[in-house]
Amino acid sequence: MKGITIKNPENLIEFKTILNWINEESSVLDLGCGDGELLSLLVKKKRVQAQGIEINQQAIEKCIIKGLNVFQEDIDSGLSDYPEKSLDYVILNQTFQQVKKPAFVLEEALRVSRKTIVGFPNFLHLSSRLKMCFGGKVPVTKSLPYKWYDTPNLHFFSIADFTEYCKTKGIKIEETVVISKNKKVRVLPNIFGEIGLFLLSK
Amino acid sequence: MHNIKTKQFTFAFPPNELILESGKKLGPITIAYETYGKLNKEKTNAILVTHALSGDAHASGSHEEDGIVGWWDKLIGPEKFIDTNKFFVICSNILGGCRGSTGPASINPNTKKEYATDFPIISIGDIVNVQKELVGHLNINKLLSVIGGSMGGMQVLQWMITYPEKIKSAIPIATTMKHTPQQIAFNEVGRQAIISDPNWKKGRYYGSKIPAKGLALARMIGHITYMSDDSMKIKFGRRFKLNKENYKFGAEFEVEEYLHYRGDSFVKRFDPNSYLYITKAMDYFNIVNGKRLGSIFKGLKAKVLVISFKSDWLYPSQQSQKIVKACKLAWVKTTYCNISSNYGHDAFLLEVKEEGQIIKHFLNSVLSKD
Repeated sequence: MKGITIKNPENLIEFKTILNWINEESSVLDLGCGDGELLSLLVKKKRVQAQGIEINQQAIEKCIIKGLNVFQEDIDSGLSDYPEKSLDYVILNQTFQQVKKPAFVLEEALRVSRKTIVGFPNFLHLSSRLKMCFGGKVPVTKSLPYKWYDTPNLHFFSIADFTEYCKTKGIKIEETVVISKNKKVRVLPNIFGEIGLFLLSK
Repeated sequence: MHNIKTKQFTFAFPPNELILESGKKLGPITIAYETYGKLNKEKTNAILVTHALSGDAHASGSHEEDGIVGWWDKLIGPEKFIDTNKFFVICSNILGGCRGSTGPASINPNTKKEYATDFPIISIGDIVNVQKELVGHLNINKLLSVIGGSMGGMQVLQWMITYPEKIKSAIPIATTMKHTPQQIAFNEVGRQAIISDPNWKKGRYYGSKIPAKGLALARMIGHITYMSDDSMKIKFGRRFKLNKENYKFGAEFEVEEYLHYRGDSFVKRFDPNSYLYITKAMDYFNIVNGKRLGSIFKGLKAKVLVISFKSDWLYPSQQSQKIVKACKLAWVKTTYCNISSNYGHDAFLLEVKEEGQIIKHFLNSVLSKD
């Protein structure tokens, strides 16, 4: 999703879901905010106090053009600047699988925020399973569009993996939405879901 | 842009002298300044540019008489990153300087002689108070932005603290909220180079030989700190001026020749006493001063863009990140960019492409926010 210009971001079920979860005029920190599509949508529709963290220079320029407040920093170095529960929401949308230390980053996000939103591609979606089993190759799919030698994704996990992880760490899953082809998936989400979205708190 | 002329504004005539932070009075004060572009009817497009240690009021364009190009000409001008077709840009020589503003080389009205070391110790706060007088003189109530690098960045931070309601945005670049012992140490070596020059004569050298050797040496030390290991390797390598060793103590390596050249040319345009006063003001600058980080910029409504450069070891990125942290904790609307460049501290003057692009977008977003 990152780096791709989205024509009508408000029509994306992914963005709609996040928009739904976020209260008006709350404070939001988007980790790995990319071009700032989601953040500027949140500013427009929910009048949030928005901050973004992004490492890519071109992406930052696009954020500045949108008038967003963004910090060129490495997410992995943590959120030590923020006191506990100082933000209403921290968003890790499509960046969680790309950080070096996901456990640490999630723990930090939960520490500084009241609620944390995590979105990631489901590595065990049906098409991936088929490509792996019968093609014998690392899958390249719509939600996982990268070749094995050139991918920003460092961690591969499924919706079931993440749900289990949250349970073992005592992280409360407040809401889950699983998406495929821009629609919500209700049946066998770990097989038919391309993207998992979680609203978490601790 | 030709025909740029430096103008002057004089104020603080006795008995209404300016009261300095030290408690001493100073007046009258003359301030040299230049402006580029046109102030709009609503007076909402004015930007103040603040210069670094060795800078002056001539930031953009070229002077008709000598053709000298402004120190930030790559950034400021018509259709440049800070577009003077759109913005009204002001740049003034700082108080204590020697390029047209009142400083130690100016005539003391009480003695009719140069102030020399009778000139009072000044602070970054005093420098900014004088700039505020100039901005008022130009009938501007609120600046769209204050922009500056290095010591210019300190002035920007001071504006954010002293006159938060007078600025709509601020861009501190490659700067710090206070000097570290290392930064003070480099300045002190520079000052000692001047003071130990026999021509310095306790600062009363006007009308006779100036402590040129000392000032040149101070500038040479300075220049080493403005560059980076990589930029020096790329620029000079280990090349010799005459292609081989000469087995003599002279400027043999290209890097040596460069430093000598920089030192010698600085002497022609800078007053050694100004160097002492200005570096002292930088060393005294401390906006943290025991305060909690979150309280430094508390209540600031202006939008802030902080810029640093990865290869800058004189004002390392961590110092800018500390500014960013202080802004974050105060919920100031802040953007931070850490630009890749191997120019070292000088990058803010030289690496203008990325820096300029960011500044341009940021200023446009501030302008359109009404």
